[in-house]
Amino acid sequence: MQLFIEQVLNGIGNGVVYGSVALALVLIFRTTGILNFAQGEMALFSTYITWKLASESDGFGLPIVAAIGISMAIAFIAGAAIERVLIRPVEQARSPLNVVIVTLGLFLGLNSVAQLIFGTDPQLMPSPFPDGNVELFSSGGDAVVVSKATIGLVLVLLAECLLLWFLLQRTKLGLKLRAVASNPDSARLHGIKAGTMLMLGWAMAAAIGALAGSLVASQRTGFDGSLMQIIIVYAFAAAALGGFDSLIGAVVAGVVVGIADALTIQYVDPLEGIEVVVPLGLIFVVLIILPNGLFGRRTVERV
Amino acid sequence: MSLLELANLRGGYGPVRVLHDIDLVVEEGHVAVVLGANGAGKTTTLRAISGLIHAQGDVVFDGRSILGRSPDAVAKLGIAHVPQGRGTFTDLTVEENLRVGAVNRTDGEVKSDLDRWYSVFPRLADRRHQEAGSMSGGEQQMLALARAMMARPRLLLLDEPSLGLAPLVTRELFAQLGDLNHNHGLTVLVVEQNANLALDIGHWGYVLEAGRIAVQGAAHELHDDEAVRKAYLGF
Repeated sequence: MQLFIEQVLNGIGNGVVYGSVALALVLIFRTTGILNFAQGEMALFSTYITWKLASESDGFGLPIVAAIGISMAIAFIAGAAIERVLIRPVEQARSPLNVVIVTLGLFLGLNSVAQLIFGTDPQLMPSPFPDGNVELFSSGGDAVVVSKATIGLVLVLLAECLLLWFLLQRTKLGLKLRAVASNPDSARLHGIKAGTMLMLGWAMAAAIGALAGSLVASQRTGFDGSLMQIIIVYAFAAAALGGFDSLIGAVVAGVVVGIADALTIQYVDPLEGIEVVVPLGLIFVVLIILPNGLFGRRTVERV
Repeated sequence: MSLLELANLRGGYGPVRVLHDIDLVVEEGHVAVVLGANGAGKTTTLRAISGLIHAQGDVVFDGRSILGRSPDAVAKLGIAHVPQGRGTFTDLTVEENLRVGAVNRTDGEVKSDLDRWYSVFPRLADRRHQEAGSMSGGEQQMLALARAMMARPRLLLLDEPSLGLAPLVTRELFAQLGDLNHNHGLTVLVVEQNANLALDIGHWGYVLEAGRIAVQGAAHELHDDEAVRKAYLGF
């Protein structure tokens, strides 16, 4: 029982990371209607920037919280620039496939450039959270413990999710962002600068990715160019499971995927790599029953 | 005084020229009606006014030349454009749609305007938390009208509001439009194929043919002119 609970907690810790990257995917999808395949590698690049700023031995030795903040700001600007320079020109062609190809190219390009600049050796990311464990409760002599870092990660990413939800659902800026996503031409006719909103959507998604990447790297004993590769697969799965237009859905689905992943590693061990198959299989089954995901709105459209 | 004036307006899509020297005036407080067959250039005229397409010549709104401005800049001057297809934000709720209409307003009266348009269109009030895309065509057209009015526009551009609507709904819509003009002094430029209803509430009418103005005149005169009706309006 104690092992089970610890694995669930472990899964939640990983799951909020999947959820957070899924959040960035959903944000770009909701504001621009694009699936950004480069999201993971954008986050990887930002993670390296955070590391460069924070590393005592190879970088500038800034405090890790400041490094993450600066990295998020750089990612914000770079995300806006990517939208303006790389995405918008091909979007004019009106074929969604063109944009998909560009984001795939960005995926490969960013990964290569990151390894070219920062090398292929595993690097160590300092953690912004305190060391040590917290004992949640003990059942019959077995204590259930969870690391402070996991608790910190969950709290930070939940706060981020709430902040985004508030921005999109409760502010005028959020209304503009959603209006552009829903009907860009009509939004323009209502005096909304559609291009600015699209840039903002990419900028925010890139900043979220920078945060998620930096935090997940700080939990590992080392990270390299492959840091985001499994995470982005799970994040896409979480976004699909959550319904692709729901922020809350992305986070909840991320946690579901994380728990399924952790429990599979614990209990279904004999096959190498089986932990990737079980959560994705689970998602497959859910999507057959609920095609719009757990939280996606059923679209009833009349003309 | 004229609120909107088009002079020698020429434009189209890429190399295809749709409009050839359109001259058109909308007086403040009037309803101007543009009639014409499919492909005559009615929609293109409206799109040129709001900056959705490039055009040459001149568009003067309230004494200022506005040709070449972006659609969002034109909207901020007080021109609300309800495009063909109604411009519905389908996955936003009805109320959110209306709030998009008022998104650039900074006065504190958005809430009272919402209540006002809900009382004019009670069906929107019933569905305020429903996704706008789930409503019928007629309801979406009401929503488009209310959303445009939420911007407190000085000029309303309406593109074929009757398209896809049942005759009874169209009649109701034009009654609302006439009422907005009559009681609230709203200036309207409406493009229509349903000549009868549009001319009934209009002051001045234009008939477009192949990108040129073929005939113009007072709305009731066009309505009663047998030759014009037979040649251009088909009723």
